[in-house]
Amino acid sequence: MKNKLFALMLAFSTFSVQAQSNTTDSIMANTMRGNGKIYVVISIILTILTGLILYVYSLDKKISKLEKND
Amino acid sequence: MRLTWWKILSIILLIYTVIGGLLIPVPELSQLGETIRNLYFHVCMWMAMMILFTMSVIQSIKYLQSTDYKKDIKAKSYAEVGTIFGLLGYSTGAIWASYTWADPNNPAYASFGSIMREPKLIGAAMALLIYGAYFILRSSIRDIDQRARVSAVYNIFAYFMLFPSIWIIPRLLPSLHPGKEGNPALNFNDIDAKMRMVFYPAVIGWTLLGAWIGQIKIRIELIKEKNLF
Repeated sequence: MKNKLFALMLAFSTFSVQAQSNTTDSIMANTMRGNGKIYVVISIILTILTGLILYVYSLDKKISKLEKND
Repeated sequence: MRLTWWKILSIILLIYTVIGGLLIPVPELSQLGETIRNLYFHVCMWMAMMILFTMSVIQSIKYLQSTDYKKDIKAKSYAEVGTIFGLLGYSTGAIWASYTWADPNNPAYASFGSIMREPKLIGAAMALLIYGAYFILRSSIRDIDQRARVSAVYNIFAYFMLFPSIWIIPRLLPSLHPGKEGNPALNFNDIDAKMRMVFYPAVIGWTLLGAWIGQIKIRIELIKEKNLF
């Protein structure tokens, strides 16, 4: 259930990215493309950080399951 | 699932570190430029390492008091995560130094050869190697009680070797690395107010992340131990 929800969220996020690249006058697109594009760096670092945190979180969950089985 | 408050705090603080660390304006410095933002990442690695090593040595002392095997597992796990943070601090420092201390196109800057002789770099390498010996010592003793006792004693020695190798000797010798006159990142007058707003949360965030990974390692070891007996 949770995984499906997560996949759905991911799918939606890709839609929103496409929507941004199509419209040049939207605020978000301008922010991402302005100011020496520092926001792109931030989004990349945040993606890595989110990935790492999700990984640690999933490890934590797996271990909790193992602890319950004992 | 044990997603306790401090894990959530760690996630929030790390996200804040990245966003605030890259967006909040920093003072303009001649040689460093924007790279002063590395303070939120490179310096935090070392801070987290020191705190994790302190947690480790506390567990080792507790082991010697109680001979409780769990304390030995905790000491080992925190030392492992601390070493990883130290290695990350070392490699980030290497990148930072190669672009701020040395410049092959500018004769006014130091050469790569001279920055290799930095006392702070050698001291940090020594400290990490001493901790490397801790893990080798652990894996070389088969008997569980003996391993726990010997490595607890060695861990205390390794912890106190941090003092001369990364705090005292680099301050006595000439160095390009900041931090000779006191504690630059911790001194209230030394660090810009805006940078302090990100730096302290960053230290807490990275340390909590280290503690979280350490806790996961401890729980794995405890499950393994349960299955053994």
